[in-house]
Amino acid sequence: MKRVALYAAALGIIAFAGFPFYWMLITAFKQNRDLYVGASDLSHIPWIFNDPPTLDHVKLLFGQTDFPRWVLNTLVVVVAVGVITVAVAVPAGYSLARLVGRWGERMGIGIFFTYLIPPTLLFVPFSRLISLLGLQDSLGALILIYPTMTIPFCTWLVMGFLRSVPWEIEEQAMIDGYSRLEVILKVAPRLIVPGILTVVVFSFTLVLQEFVYALTFISSVNKMTVSLGVPIALVRGDVYHWGALMAAALFTSIPLAIVYNAFIDRFIQGFTMGAVKG
Amino acid sequence: MAGIEIRSLRKHFGDLHAVDGVDLSIRDGEFLVLLGSSGSGKTTLLRMIAGLERPTSGEIHIGDQRVDGDVPPRARGIAMVFQSYALYPHRTVFQNIAFPLEASRTPRKQIEEKVRWAADMFSITRYLDRYPRQLSGGERQRVALCRALVRDPKVFLLDEPLANLDAKLRNTARDDLKRFQRQIQTTTVYVTHDQVEAMGLGDRIVVMERGKVRQIGTPQEVYEDPVDTFVATFVGQPPMNLLDTGDPSLPPRTLTGFRPEHFLPKSVFGAAEDLRTFRFAVRRVEYLGSDRYVYGSVAGSGAPAADATIIAKLPATIALAIPEGETHEFAVPRRALRYFDLDTGLRRKT
Amino acid sequence: MTSPPPPRRTFADREDLLGAVMLGPALAYVILLVGVPFAFAIALGFSNATAGSLSFGWVGLSNYVAILGDPIFLRALRNSVVVTVGSQVLVVVLATAAAQVFRATFRGKRFARFVLLLPWAVPVSLAAIAWTWIFDSTFSVINWTLKAAGLLHGWLYWLGDPALALLAIIIVQAWRIFPFATVIVLAGLSSIPQEIVEAAIVDGAGFWRRLFRVELPLLLPVVAVAVLFGVVYTATDLGVVYILTGGGPANTTHVLPTLAFQRGILGADLGQGAAIAVFLLPFLIVVAIGMLRLAHRTEVGGAR
Repeated sequence: MKRVALYAAALGIIAFAGFPFYWMLITAFKQNRDLYVGASDLSHIPWIFNDPPTLDHVKLLFGQTDFPRWVLNTLVVVVAVGVITVAVAVPAGYSLARLVGRWGERMGIGIFFTYLIPPTLLFVPFSRLISLLGLQDSLGALILIYPTMTIPFCTWLVMGFLRSVPWEIEEQAMIDGYSRLEVILKVAPRLIVPGILTVVVFSFTLVLQEFVYALTFISSVNKMTVSLGVPIALVRGDVYHWGALMAAALFTSIPLAIVYNAFIDRFIQGFTMGAVKG
Repeated sequence: MAGIEIRSLRKHFGDLHAVDGVDLSIRDGEFLVLLGSSGSGKTTLLRMIAGLERPTSGEIHIGDQRVDGDVPPRARGIAMVFQSYALYPHRTVFQNIAFPLEASRTPRKQIEEKVRWAADMFSITRYLDRYPRQLSGGERQRVALCRALVRDPKVFLLDEPLANLDAKLRNTARDDLKRFQRQIQTTTVYVTHDQVEAMGLGDRIVVMERGKVRQIGTPQEVYEDPVDTFVATFVGQPPMNLLDTGDPSLPPRTLTGFRPEHFLPKSVFGAAEDLRTFRFAVRRVEYLGSDRYVYGSVAGSGAPAADATIIAKLPATIALAIPEGETHEFAVPRRALRYFDLDTGLRRKT
Repeated sequence: MTSPPPPRRTFADREDLLGAVMLGPALAYVILLVGVPFAFAIALGFSNATAGSLSFGWVGLSNYVAILGDPIFLRALRNSVVVTVGSQVLVVVLATAAAQVFRATFRGKRFARFVLLLPWAVPVSLAAIAWTWIFDSTFSVINWTLKAAGLLHGWLYWLGDPALALLAIIIVQAWRIFPFATVIVLAGLSSIPQEIVEAAIVDGAGFWRRLFRVELPLLLPVVAVAVLFGVVYTATDLGVVYILTGGGPANTTHVLPTLAFQRGILGADLGQGAAIAVFLLPFLIVVAIGMLRLAHRTEVGGAR
């Protein structure tokens, strides 16, 4: 009886969470005449393939839209933001955890709070800043602004990660003949590798997911990122290419979901630090 | 080789006075143990000697050099072994031991020789190619000692190096450590909260509490002549019995203290012994193999503290039956009695 | 005999200097590109700045007077509160239930976990477009299913009816955030010492009693973290509403971010856009205070 309830609950949760993805999947591969049947026609079951699946929408997406271009743009931004974030947040996190002493924790909380300041509060002043810098409608705007979201969270993440790595190895190296700087350059990197990896992955997922700043700064279709281009520019006038749209959503979601699955626990540690012990 | 001089050393973390004015003179070649519970400041003191913490005020001299201010750890001529051993996880045992030598740019050949020599001394030669995670706790501890040894330090600093070993291993490791220190004759400062380790290892023991030194002395001095009630109850297991006997021959507000092993049935003492006898109401007897612990209270003295639990420790050689729930005649030789001021806790000579 | 003086500390040994140097870039980034714009965002609310020109004149409270007399703004403010509260209530219920399920072991758990995480991993904008398709006025699979099950006789214009559209927005927000909350609650559950749960079992507490008397109180700080982040994510989100309804029909489903975007960016009235966005601050202040109290509480609760 208990097992039945458990499986029923699990099934319900999975159905709710996964339903839109099932819907993406089935839409992406349905033929148009199977797809566009009004829901008032009860004899036509929309949940299944009534006609054989087709790759037409996928071909349309990769052949006749700017989707490949958006993927490329996204990758450019991902790499640039990842590099900036690692270069800035990792030393900062190290500094807060190891060097600046007692006020490191408070400063860390302060930096983390800036992560809570949402894009929707800042896009108005940013739109002005970006036009002053002449970066409007360019990927440079995104590369400049995205680190404002990745740096606070990743600094916090690295700081928390380093807290869980004992100091003693670094102190030992100082006693064994290294200066503080040599420890930072030669010993610490080996110890922070998993933390750096988490930072890279977080930057990657954030860039792929971001919508608000992209919407504010980018107007040309060929400069868009995936998360902006798909919902905004795949719609031609009033005509939605639902098949291609859902294919794009599906192909973007899958790699992200896989990455999330692998790194979820590390992110969660970042969010719950303090509230959960250990 | 060098002694260490510490003068009115303080370390404050905000309002917390972790080390609160310590003066200490450590002799060349001495094995000194810092003994205290957690938060007593013993580890902070050690870390200041190492240069990992900067003192708030005071002086530290190693040999003839003053090191407290601006001398970084690497320049102090020290070696340290941490409780966790702090082995570099991505380096083999050989590379771990060689690390301090590489850092000081020793020629390759000399490194090789030195590592082999040290590894030989701790018989870990056959592990040299392994990684730390492939070693047992005892082996790791020896690797850490090896690494400390190859530097030829003026001073060894050891922070609870045995705490992570299981009880059986700890005994042999303690013996190894002591022999090793006698052999190389290097000044050693050893931090522990374990009084058995402290008694067994130290030439002298420094008992610390709340950032202050309570007593410095040989293990025997600390055990037999504690300067106050804190040391009397902190050192020794079970702790020294303390009670206010209300004895009119003593000054008022005096605590009488005696070790459990001196508190024995009156009948076991010889007639010539000058004894102080007590009526001991026995509550419970604990049989521990080599000893019996007898718990009870001293009846009829009338003083308020007389209800406190008093423990007697009877060696197995005393076969006398001690029924629970009865009152017995127990006694302490007068030479084993110690007196303390009830208010200040300080030793009182009577 | 005096040995040569030992080397003094150099820059390479100065932890304070190294720390400052390493922290500097991050601090500069955060101050210049978050702190200053944040202050600027508030200042803009008192100005008549527009996107087209560089003029910047102080107009005092007139932007606020204008929006507070604007029914569309008041509607958006109300919608923001309704959506945030409604979705977070759903999230807490769903996440607590889901955490109980995912704590048990069952067949296919790895796959189930993968599916559970999908809504959080997928970009908001793509999820929103998928939901737009699901709620489509002609092809909605929900309508078909309800009709096929005999539960619906008329027709639901999900995104065309203000009340239904708001409900749709709440559902999508809850859907998007509950997986995140579930994982946080799970992390909290796993940090409850097993002994306490076992002690409760030995004491004869049943499932519900254990849940409400033992686990939920211990979980409270973690659930609070989940809700606080949920509030930030929901109240400040622009993508879901922008894509799902665009604020329509007839500006009835705007929330603060979409209205700020419409006025500030599309309408080029930076001053009014900023003034509208400033009304997000109360949400954020509540969250910030909540987080600080949690952080403080655990600081007092024991040294880490």
